[in-house]
Amino acid sequence: MTFPLPLNDVLFATAKILFAVLGVGLSIAGFLGWVERKQSAVMQDRIGANRADIFGITILGLFHPIADAIKLLTKEDFVPKMARKPLHGLAPIISLGAGMFCLAALPYGGVVDFAGRAWDLTPIALPMGVPLVLAALAFGVHGIVMAGYASGSNYGLLGALRGAAQMIAYEVCLASALAGLLFIYGTLDFSEAVLWQVRHGVWGIFVQPLAFIIFLTAGTAVTKRIPFDLPEGESEIVGYHVEYSGMKFGMFMMTDFFESIVICGVITALFLGGWSIPGLDLPSMGLLGGVLMVGSFVAKIMLMLFLLMQVRWTLPRFRFDQVLDLGWKNLLPLALINFLVTVWVVYLWP
Amino acid sequence: MAITVRTVKRPERTFATEIYLVEIVKGLGLTFRHLFVNLYRHSKRALGLKGLPGSVTVQYPDDPAVLGKRARTRHRLLKRDDGAPRCTACLLCETICPAKCIRITAENAPDVQVEKRAKTFDIDLGMCIFCGYCVEACPVDAIHMDANEVEISAYSRKDMIWNMPELLGDVPKKPSQPG
Repeated sequence: MTFPLPLNDVLFATAKILFAVLGVGLSIAGFLGWVERKQSAVMQDRIGANRADIFGITILGLFHPIADAIKLLTKEDFVPKMARKPLHGLAPIISLGAGMFCLAALPYGGVVDFAGRAWDLTPIALPMGVPLVLAALAFGVHGIVMAGYASGSNYGLLGALRGAAQMIAYEVCLASALAGLLFIYGTLDFSEAVLWQVRHGVWGIFVQPLAFIIFLTAGTAVTKRIPFDLPEGESEIVGYHVEYSGMKFGMFMMTDFFESIVICGVITALFLGGWSIPGLDLPSMGLLGGVLMVGSFVAKIMLMLFLLMQVRWTLPRFRFDQVLDLGWKNLLPLALINFLVTVWVVYLWP
Repeated sequence: MAITVRTVKRPERTFATEIYLVEIVKGLGLTFRHLFVNLYRHSKRALGLKGLPGSVTVQYPDDPAVLGKRARTRHRLLKRDDGAPRCTACLLCETICPAKCIRITAENAPDVQVEKRAKTFDIDLGMCIFCGYCVEACPVDAIHMDANEVEISAYSRKDMIWNMPELLGDVPKKPSQPG
């Protein structure tokens, strides 16, 4: 890499990151607001939100996320008297920032040749992509603890403590579940992991099914959604964002959606073959290949989100001690055993 | 009588239930079935085909409210065969009313058989608790709560009071105006 970087590269990198955060992140997060309402409604024999309209056109309630955003933006941004003001404002930014960064580090596509040069479609391509995303996800917990502490409310603090305990427990499982898979792939790079799956013609979910289940469970817990929504706990403590209003609250909601997208993105990249489509040699197809790569990656993310959404509306919530028991006593040992067995098999197989 | 004890067998927590996964898949099966069946029905309806509705929702203000056959709704005063109100102003309903929402003034009836009749009969629906005691107390079956009308709200407390012609159905209730 030479400095100063060529203008083309800088522009391309900016475009990629903007696409990841704005194109994929914000639009899917907004769309998820609609999916959440409609999917839950249809599976519960209801109709769901269908009243927001523009000139009488409702399009199945698709305007509701827009109405939400307008409402959150125009609401009073109330900061309680007891709050520690700088931290109170900083907390949602940290949470959202961590989620946005993870979005930009996902491998939306491989390297395609087009117009005489190779384009790497991963916005932030690093040899340490996987641990970086996990670290950034774990960094989001700072925002939550900060929010709870800065609110000056005991309910907020309780939610923050729960959030911290739960997220730390499950971040450990998250990383250990991936250990075996990354050991087989022999890389910490998302793009390399996808290429491994393309080369061997097998998806990670078939290589490590147990790791997939552990990662999915721990991932749901990290995104703090039902059945692991204890930090929010609507019915008892209302959670770490109880003292937040307006767009600051909206940022926490968006963080939840962003983290869901990130978890689904990581699952897609490591377990579901990333951008690859079975039977098609995408990297050699030029521009079309690139479009198909991004399309297939986003489509797989959407399918995973659909599944997670269904799980969220199917299961009841765990009790808090059950959540921690499940994490530390069941998932973590399982993940470690999975890792040890993997290493043992890989070394003894040939 | 001897006490009989029936031991209810607790559901066994087998390994399959302990690891949650089987139960989660069962639950997901149920919700996915509902999702896809309802989606199929919704899309069939959207294409203009006949079939079961995809949801049980009644879009109430747009569609009429669905009331039960024996729903207890607004009061209605009944008439005799000759068209005179059945009410004999015995004041039993006014007496039994726990919310004290009925006001009756009596006068002599031209028909000597019934001796008295109601001159005014006002029910303040803003105070009524819809207990139905008035219907049970009435000895001449003059008051029913089966008007099947639930949209009785008004802009002022005064407009919540229904007088005798309105309860009899002779005069339509004037729509309440704001302010």
